[in-house]
Amino acid sequence: MTIGNLLRLIVFAVLVLFLARPDLFSGFFGLFAKNGQPPIYNQGNLLDITFNHLVIVVAATLAATIIAVGLAIIVTRPFGAEFLPVSRSLANVGQTFPPVAVLALAVPVLGFGTAPTLVALFLYGLLPIFENTLTGLTNLPPSVTDAARGVGMTGWQRLVKVELPLALPVILAGVRLSTVISLATATIGSTVAARTLGEVIIAGLLSSNTAFVLQGGLVVGVLAVLIYDGLSALERVLMARTGQLRRAPV
Amino acid sequence: MIEIDNITKRYDGVAVVDGVTLRIEPCTICVIVGTSGSGKTTLMRMINKLVEPSSGRIRIDGQDIAGIPAFQLRRRIGYAIQGHGLFPHRTVGQNIATVPKLLGWDKDQTAARVDELLSLFQLDPAQFRNRMPHELSGGQQQRVGVARALAAKPNILLMDEPYGALDPVIRAKAQQDLLAIQRRFGTTIVLVTHDMEEAIHLGTTIAVMDKGRLLQCATPAQIIANPATPFVAELIGTSERPFRMLSLSRVADHVEPGEAAGEPIDASASLRDAYGELLWSGRPALPVRLDGRIVGQVTLEGLSRLAARPQ
Repeated sequence: MTIGNLLRLIVFAVLVLFLARPDLFSGFFGLFAKNGQPPIYNQGNLLDITFNHLVIVVAATLAATIIAVGLAIIVTRPFGAEFLPVSRSLANVGQTFPPVAVLALAVPVLGFGTAPTLVALFLYGLLPIFENTLTGLTNLPPSVTDAARGVGMTGWQRLVKVELPLALPVILAGVRLSTVISLATATIGSTVAARTLGEVIIAGLLSSNTAFVLQGGLVVGVLAVLIYDGLSALERVLMARTGQLRRAPV
Repeated sequence: MIEIDNITKRYDGVAVVDGVTLRIEPCTICVIVGTSGSGKTTLMRMINKLVEPSSGRIRIDGQDIAGIPAFQLRRRIGYAIQGHGLFPHRTVGQNIATVPKLLGWDKDQTAARVDELLSLFQLDPAQFRNRMPHELSGGQQQRVGVARALAAKPNILLMDEPYGALDPVIRAKAQQDLLAIQRRFGTTIVLVTHDMEEAIHLGTTIAVMDKGRLLQCATPAQIIANPATPFVAELIGTSERPFRMLSLSRVADHVEPGEAAGEPIDASASLRDAYGELLWSGRPALPVRLDGRIVGQVTLEGLSRLAARPQ
């Protein structure tokens, strides 16, 4: 095991321990709480909140992946080529819209809670996945796509047997980017009463309790780093299997 | 038989292939030669519908290919390209099995065919079947590419500069293999190259193209002796003509009676090799060896006569 992986394992173990038994860490977080303030978040179970945070992120990213990959497939087929500019600007709008604005606009329609957060994260996650899928599907080695046509594969067979498997590492990089952005952005969902780790941070800000802010921030940060590394490793495995790996990114 | 009938391909009004008519006899190798941009690859790609012609017809064994769905037609025609085009995410065995699988062959039959082809190309099936393409050398990848093209026993094999990326030694070996396979299966081969040497070596007929037009289609001997245009002559290289002429024949077909001294030459060598050896060793004649026996000689004088312009 490399030092990096060992470090990741330790960080993961500490995270799990903290979520299961936060009271064990009250000494450490007590350093940041002013006298009389509780050192550990006391308005809900941290494990539950973290789990809920992850579920929202996964659901939004999954939906964004399905729609973005589907769109990218359609606009790279001959019949869908004319929709390429439209879909591109659509995904761009999703990205340039600040998530807070989406929340503000979605609340009157969807009410408070998880739904507006899901919408905001979904819209925000579309672009990286869409762009990466486009790149992956259009930058295939010409000799390989030519051979796929030349051996007599139908359009569908080329897509499923050659194009998507070869584009998969690039698509996955887009999913990774989206996931990490969503992990961080989900915290603002708590401003419209979604149950995410933002709740812990906001509670800390309202009561000037730095310990709460740190807890919420650290959990989100550690989750983001671990998920990012995990997905990067998966990409490298996929690249290596297809001989596309030149040098492993550090 | 492939009949190409007055075929034209235009891109934005510019004819890339311009009114080409060509007949390719069954069980022969037709080499299409030309410089880059001559339309040779476009012409070949119209045979398996990778390019749709603007006008004209192509018939394969009398059947107009316009009426056959492109993917079905391509499964009947082998296709090998420069840079091999192997699927990098599939093993060597899976790559070779591509067309049989598309055609719905059963598993055992496909597996047997894969092993047969690997052996044919001197790749040990047990060792290579499960390797990934990127683990092979360039020459091995190229062989797997041709094996994949031949997997479903096509009558026709299209090859687009198949040896362009290989070094000269491996290239010569690959050409030998191709000739052997062509003789064994009787495949009709259409091969595109810019290399006249390769064309003369491999071709039953050579079709010379320039600026989208077919300049001449004839046997190598005819092309060398009577180039139709100055351009064809230039492609052959005027100073190279006698040597190219000699390279067309084997020593075995021109053995003279008599005895010569020194190191013998193999009967399967080309006359060009024999001529080179005569000049280099400074001898007037070489003994010829066939199956380990000396069967006669080739002489400098005899070869010089053969190298002269046919009357």
